[in-house]
Amino acid sequence: MFEIVERQELAQGTIISNWIKAPKIAAKAKPGQFVILRANEKGERIPLTMADTDPEKGLINIIYMVIGKSTALFKTLQVGDSFLDVIGPLGAATHLEKVGKVICVGGGTGIAVLHPITRGLKDMGNHVFSVIGARSKELLIMEDRMKAVSDELMICTDDGTYGHKGFVTDKLKETLEKHKDIGLAVCIGPVPMMRACCNVTKEYNVHTLVSLNPIMVDGTGMCGCCRVRVGGQMKFACVDGPEFDGHQVDFDELNLRLRSYLPEEKVSYDQFKAAQGHQCTCGS
Amino acid sequence: MTEEVKAPKKEKIPRQKMPEQKPEVRRHNFDEVPLGYTPELAMKEAERCIQCKDPRCIPGCPVEVDIPGFIKLIKEGDFEGAIRKLWEKNALPAVCGRVCPQEVQCEGLCVIGKKDQPVAVGNLEKFAADYQRLHGRDVLPPKAAPTGKKVAVVGSGPAGLTVAGDLILKGHDVHIFEALHGPGGVLLYGIPEFRLPKAIVAAECNYLEKLGCTIEVNAVIGRSETVDELLERFDAVFLGVGAGLPMFLSIPGEHYIGVYSSNEYLTRSNLMKAYDFPNYDTPIVRGKNVATFGGGNVAMDSARTALRLGADHSYIIYRRSLEEMPARKEEIHHAEEEGVEFMFLTAPVRFLGTEDGFLTGVECLRMELGEPDASGRRRPVTIPGSEFVVEIDTAVISIGSNANPLLTKSTPGLVLNKWGNIVADPKTGKTMKPRVWAGGDIVTGAATVILAAGAGRIASNSIHDFLTYGW
Ligand SMILES: Cc1cc2nc3c(=O)[nH]c(=O)nc-3n(C[C@H](O)[C@H](O)[C@H](O)COP(=O)(O)OP(=O)(O)OC[C@H]3O[C@@H](n4cnc5c(N)ncnc54)[C@H](O)[C@@H]3O)c2cc1C
Ligand SMILES: Cc1cc2nc3c(=O)[nH]c(=O)nc-3n(C[C@H](O)[C@H](O)[C@H](O)COP(=O)(O)OP(=O)(O)OC[C@H]3O[C@@H](n4cnc5c(N)ncnc54)[C@H](O)[C@@H]3O)c2cc1C
Ligand code: SF4
Ligand code: FES
Repeated sequence: MFEIVERQELAQGTIISNWIKAPKIAAKAKPGQFVILRANEKGERIPLTMADTDPEKGLINIIYMVIGKSTALFKTLQVGDSFLDVIGPLGAATHLEKVGKVICVGGGTGIAVLHPITRGLKDMGNHVFSVIGARSKELLIMEDRMKAVSDELMICTDDGTYGHKGFVTDKLKETLEKHKDIGLAVCIGPVPMMRACCNVTKEYNVHTLVSLNPIMVDGTGMCGCCRVRVGGQMKFACVDGPEFDGHQVDFDELNLRLRSYLPEEKVSYDQFKAAQGHQCTCGS
Repeated sequence: MTEEVKAPKKEKIPRQKMPEQKPEVRRHNFDEVPLGYTPELAMKEAERCIQCKDPRCIPGCPVEVDIPGFIKLIKEGDFEGAIRKLWEKNALPAVCGRVCPQEVQCEGLCVIGKKDQPVAVGNLEKFAADYQRLHGRDVLPPKAAPTGKKVAVVGSGPAGLTVAGDLILKGHDVHIFEALHGPGGVLLYGIPEFRLPKAIVAAECNYLEKLGCTIEVNAVIGRSETVDELLERFDAVFLGVGAGLPMFLSIPGEHYIGVYSSNEYLTRSNLMKAYDFPNYDTPIVRGKNVATFGGGNVAMDSARTALRLGADHSYIIYRRSLEEMPARKEEIHHAEEEGVEFMFLTAPVRFLGTEDGFLTGVECLRMELGEPDASGRRRPVTIPGSEFVVEIDTAVISIGSNANPLLTKSTPGLVLNKWGNIVADPKTGKTMKPRVWAGGDIVTGAATVILAAGAGRIASNSIHDFLTYGW
C-alpha cells in the first residue's frame, strides 16, 4: 500500500497534487520517468509522471488533471489513504546534457511533467528559458517551482488573465527568434500544443523533445497498447519513450488512438458521478 | 450403449468423457468449460491404464511424471497418494492437467491409443490436483532446516513458481519479484478464466507464501532494481521473465481503434477484468465482428474470449491449414463447438478504417500451400489477385511473442542469442553471468507451461547444488 502524505488541490480543484510514500521508487526515479497507479482492486492502471521526488523522505509527487473516472476516483483519496499499487519508475529517463541554451515549454498538466526535466537541464549548467501556459490564471500550476529552476520564465494565458495573452507558441517563437543559439527545446502538454510547438521549432531547426501520453496497460512493453509512430516506425512509448524526437512523431495517429474508449469512458465517469451524487452509507 | 461382449475377457472400458458446459451456454460466460471428473469417473478411467512395464507415456512427458504410478493410485482410490506422485516431478499439476498439449506428449504415445482412444492422462492429472485442492488435508510438506542462503526469483510464471517452490523446501530463503500487480505470469494475465480459473493460480501462489516465499508484486526488475543490485543482496538469481513482447503484422492500419495484440486483448480481459466493465474500470472494445490472426493457443483463447464479450462472429484467420495449426486439439475443438469460424489459407494485407480511426475491415489474400519450409511445414504462398475484404470491428493479432528486452538490456554480462533470448545451459539453467540462472520462455522463446516448469526444476537443482556445494 502506498500512502498519501500530502495533498493539494490546484487550479480550482481541477488538478490534484499528491506526495506518496514509495521509498523504493523515489530512490531510483530520474527525470522523465513515470509510475502506474491503481486505486483499488477494480481500478484501471493509470500512468502519471513523477513531477518531483524526495529520495530522503522516500516520497514521490504526482500532479494530475481530473478528467475521467479514474482520476476522479484518485481525487477522493485523502491524506492517510493509500493507493493499492504504484509501479515504477517506468519509461526511459530523459537524456540530460549540457547544450548551452535550452527552452522548456509546458501547457496544462504538462508543466508537471516538464518540471523535473527543466530542473535536470538547469542542474547540468544550461541556460534555461521556460514558457508555461494555461487557459486562464486560475488554471496555471507550478509557477513558483518552475521559476526556481529557470533562468527566465514566461507565462501565457489564452484569455490574457495573466502574463502574455495567447499561446505558448508565441513566446516560443519570439525566444527562438531572439536567441538563435538555443540548442534544444522540450515541449510537453496537450497533443495539439506539442504539435504546434514542433511546427515552430522545425522552422528554426531546433531539436525538440516531446513526452507522449498514449493509453497504456502494463507499462513494461508487454501489450503494445502504447504503440506510437515515430520516424515511420512503431515504438512502445512505455519503454522506448515516453520522450521522443518531436519532429518525427505522428501526432495524428496518437490523437486518434487516444480516443479509443471515449464511449466507455463516458459510461464509466457518469456511473461514478451518479454514485458520488447519492449520499449513501454503503462505503463503496 | 450396451456392447455385446463375447469373449470372457475383461470388458473394455471406453475413454470416460469429461463433463463439460454446453457450447451454446458457455460461449456466453467465462466459467471453466470442463466440469471435472467425479471420483467414480476418474477411477473408471484410471482402470483403462494397463500399467505398462515399459511405459511409452513417460518419455512423452517433458518432466517424466510417473504416469502409470499416479494413475494406479487413483484407481485404488488413494487420491492423496496420486497427487504426491505427481508433485514429485511437477509442481503445477492443476495447471498442467488443464493446459498441456497431452495429445502430442503422454497421450500421443500411450499404447492404448494405438487401437482405441488413449488413457486420459490430462483429465486424471486435473482430477487429482483438484481433489487435493478442494478436499485434501491442508498439510505442508516438510521443509529442510534454514540454510541462510537467499535466492531472488524474477518473474512469477510457471518457471519462477517452480524454482521458488523447490528451493523454499530445501531451506533457502526465496523472494519472488513480479512486474505486474498480481503473480502467475501468463497463467494470470494470458490464459483465460474459462480454461484456467484464476482461483487455481492464486492457490498455487498462496501455497508458496504459506511455505514462506515472499512475493513482491509491482517490482519491474531492470527499472525498480537491476539484476546486479539483486546480486548484492541475494546469493543466486533466477530469471523467468517470459517472452512478453508482442509481434505485430507490420501491415498498414495497425493503429486503428479496435486493433489489439493478443497480449493486450487478453490482459485487459483477464488481468484487468474488462469483461466485467463498468463494474471494473478497464474498458475493452466489444466487437460484433472480431478477427483473430494466428493459429496457436493464444489465438484460440482470443477468439473464444471475443465470443464471450458478445461477438456475433469470431473468425480465426490463419495463413496455413487446419493440420498446421499449433494449438492444442482440444482448444480447436472447443472453439469450433462454440462457433468460432475458421478461415484457412488466408493472410491479411491491410486494415481498413473510418476517417476518425475506427476499424471497419481487413483486406486479405488467399494462399495455397507450396513446398515444405525449414520447419517441415508446407509454406503458404499467395494467390495473386485473390484479394477480398472481411468486415470486422475488432482485430486481435496473435502471431507470437518475442523476448522482452527490458530486463536483458539492463543486465550487463548476460549473453543473448540473435532473437534476444538468454543463453543458458539446458542441463543446469546457468547463464553466462555468474550466480544467475534462467529458464522458461525467456530462454526458449514462447513455448509451453510444462517446458517452463521443467526448466525451473532443472535450474532449482543447479541452484541448490551451487548454494550447498559451491558449484
Ligand atoms: C507516460 C504518461 C504520463 C502521464 N503523466 C500525466 C501527468 O503527469 N498528469 C496528468 O494529469 N496526466 C498524465 N497522463 C495522462 C493520464 O494518464 C490520463 O489523463 C488518465 O489516464 C485519465 O484517466 P481517467 O480514467 O481519469 O480518464 P478517462 O475518462 O478514462 O480518459 C480520459 C482520456 O485520458 C486518456 N487515457 C485513458 N486511460 C488511459 C490510460 N490507461 N493511460 C493513458 N491515458 C489514458 C485517454 O485519452 C482518454 O480519452 C500521462 C499519461 C502517460 C501515458
Ligand atoms: C494466451 C496464452 C495461452 C497459452 N496457452 C498455453 C497452453 O494451453 N498450454 C501450454 O503449455 N502453454 C500455453 N501458453 C504458453 C505458456 O503460458 C508459456 O510458455 C509459459 O507461461 C512460460 O512461462 P514462463 O515462466 O517462462 O513465463 P511467463 O508465464 O511469461 O511469466 C513471466 C513473468 O515474469 C514477469 N516479468 C517480466 N519481466 C519482468 C521484470 N523485468 N521484472 C519482474 N517480472 C517480470 C511477467 O510479468 C510475467 O508475470 C500460452 C500462452 C499464452 C500467452
Ligand atoms: S502408455 Fe498408456 S496404458 Fe501404458 S502406462 Fe502410460 S498411460 Fe498407462
Ligand atoms: S503499455 Fe503495454 S506495451 Fe506499453
